[in-house]
Amino acid sequence: MVNSISQNEALQAYHDMLLIRRFEERAAQLYGMGLIAGFCHLYIGQEAVVVGIQSVLKPQDTIITAYRDHGHMLACGMDPRGVMAELTGRVGGYSKGKGGSMHMFSREKNFFGGHGIVGAQIPIGTGLAFAHKYKEDGGICVASMGDGAANQGQVYESYNMASLWKLPVVYVIENNRYGMGTSIERSSAGDTYYERGKGWKIPGEKVDGMNYANVKEAALRATTHARSGKGPYILEMDTYRYRGHSMSDPAKYRSKEEVEHIKEQRDPIDHFRTYLTSELKIKENEIKEIEEKIKAVVLDAVEFSKTSPEPDPSELYTDVLKEEIAVS
Amino acid sequence: MTNPEFTSMTVREALRDGMAEEMSLDDTVFVIGEEVAEYNGAYKVSQGLLDMFGPKRVVDTPITEHAIAGLGVGAAFGGLRPIVEFMTFNFSMQAIDQIINSAAKTLYMSGGQMGCPIVFRGPNGAASRVGAQHSHCFASWYAHCPGLKVVSPYSAGDAKALLKSAIRDSNPVIFLENELLYGHSFDDVSQDPGYVLPIGKALIRRAGKDVTLTAFSIMVDKALKAAEILAEQGIDAEVIDLRTLRPLDTETIVKSVMKTNRLVSIEESWPFAGIGSEMAALMMEEAFDYLDAPVVRVTGVDVPMPYAANLEHLALPQVEAIVEAGKKVCYRS
Ligand SMILES: Cc1ncc(C[n+]2csc(CCOP(=O)(O)OP(=O)(O)O)c2C)c(N)n1
Ligand SMILES: [Mg+2]
Repeated sequence: MVNSISQNEALQAYHDMLLIRRFEERAAQLYGMGLIAGFCHLYIGQEAVVVGIQSVLKPQDTIITAYRDHGHMLACGMDPRGVMAELTGRVGGYSKGKGGSMHMFSREKNFFGGHGIVGAQIPIGTGLAFAHKYKEDGGICVASMGDGAANQGQVYESYNMASLWKLPVVYVIENNRYGMGTSIERSSAGDTYYERGKGWKIPGEKVDGMNYANVKEAALRATTHARSGKGPYILEMDTYRYRGHSMSDPAKYRSKEEVEHIKEQRDPIDHFRTYLTSELKIKENEIKEIEEKIKAVVLDAVEFSKTSPEPDPSELYTDVLKEEIAVS
Repeated sequence: MTNPEFTSMTVREALRDGMAEEMSLDDTVFVIGEEVAEYNGAYKVSQGLLDMFGPKRVVDTPITEHAIAGLGVGAAFGGLRPIVEFMTFNFSMQAIDQIINSAAKTLYMSGGQMGCPIVFRGPNGAASRVGAQHSHCFASWYAHCPGLKVVSPYSAGDAKALLKSAIRDSNPVIFLENELLYGHSFDDVSQDPGYVLPIGKALIRRAGKDVTLTAFSIMVDKALKAAEILAEQGIDAEVIDLRTLRPLDTETIVKSVMKTNRLVSIEESWPFAGIGSEMAALMMEEAFDYLDAPVVRVTGVDVPMPYAANLEHLALPQVEAIVEAGKKVCYRS
């Protein structure tokens, strides 16, 4: 671990990662109880990726990802109540219950979704970067995709334009080793995703995505590059998902031992906790306090997501088109 | 229905058997798509095919729909008969350029030299609580395009016999299945590898004299239920399972309306420029003098599919709406 992390920052990072984990565990429970339905993809195991990246972002920056999005939303400060209530399809959810797990957005936090079509978020993120440059607002876009998504053609069409026009975008490949039941060995002829921008002169690096400090360092390099007008940057995060692809996946394509091994050797939260106590000498009760606080926040979100009413039937017809027209 | 030649099985099993039989009969037939082999299909439709035919003929791909479709078209040009599985038809939107511009148009553009014997198949339409990007019926989109055939079966027996025909067909066939029907059992499945059904023929699933209800895929189920309720109210509905949307079996539909003088068209997708619009046009062109009431369309609501349970229910055509429409065209509401 690098030494540049202050106690405060470390506690914040621990808080943010643990919040995601506890939130996801509760979401799984609610799914089991039938309160959440359809597709629900948990972020458990990958927490250090989004928390590390978020730590170097500025308020004007934009974020976009695919359907495994609960972690991204919590990391960028969206309200756990609104996220959980969207999962239960209630009016208090970020999309008023109309989007569900895969389709949530927050204008306020510059979170642009939440996309169900694998890879489609990458040209969109490139467009957000185009807008940053066009408006000269100093912002950059962080566009995330999985290892599976990294094989979609539109990713490479985006790389080309982003590099050609020096767009301020950081492409993050969250390589959790599987796209549904297909391991990267079976889906990708070359598994050095970070090098795939080479032909378009985009620098990239592979990062230990289970380690908050490493993610943060790399994210700082990448965002500084993008922000300074040098164009896109690729970060490949070496990470892992502990749960099945979605709630209905029994994950028979990998061994229990493989999962257990990673949990023991590389868990981003356990290791960080040890670092807090042994390296930063943070007291046990201070950490416990955070853990208690998170428990309460998540329980409150659960309660809210159960008691927030279903959307009014009239909502079926709203939000299809906007009424206002731009004035020139 | 209790014909000894026909056995009972689920739509899922029937589709698998249909593919397996054709693969046994013709070694140019192969299956390609995401998770079709080792995972046995995201919805388990290709269960066991890898064990039976090996990885040369049951091919797992990366997540690259546009290239899978294009590769399939090339393989078909090259003399093979690909079955391209879309995990769901929602993802065929990534590939639609290859389907329309390469598969559907090339025969024509080559003055008849080329031709593309390929099947694009997978679940179509709304599943349950998966939101707008994963709940979408593409029947009218594909039915719009010359050069394609579009099939959307309801029962297991039809699914198998029509899929076999689609594989044998020399043209690109869009084969629209339904996730919610996969687990349904029907006792109309032929075990004879030579048994096929012609593409382009509808089936009268319930004979009646007062009103014609047309539907396809899972909506046939709802139409049949609505017909039962209408019968209790003294309205004798005829239910036509369209089975193929292109080419549409206009003869069966028009004949039915000449008898009932009323038509209700049912589909899961949006109303505008939908299959129901085509039905209305067909009635104007071919049965105008026989109509005793304007055609009524029962469709999904004209909005993207909402996730919330209550709104999703409201967005989809339900049995009550079909009953209401049946009464309306009989001036009984
Ligand atoms: C265009 C498209 N094709 C297929 C799917 C079905 N699908 C959903 S997630 C997924 C796997 C994606 O894996 P990866 O990109 O590695 O992301 P991860 O789930 O590991 O986060 C697939 C095939 C989809 N949603 N969209
Ligand atoms: Mg992955």
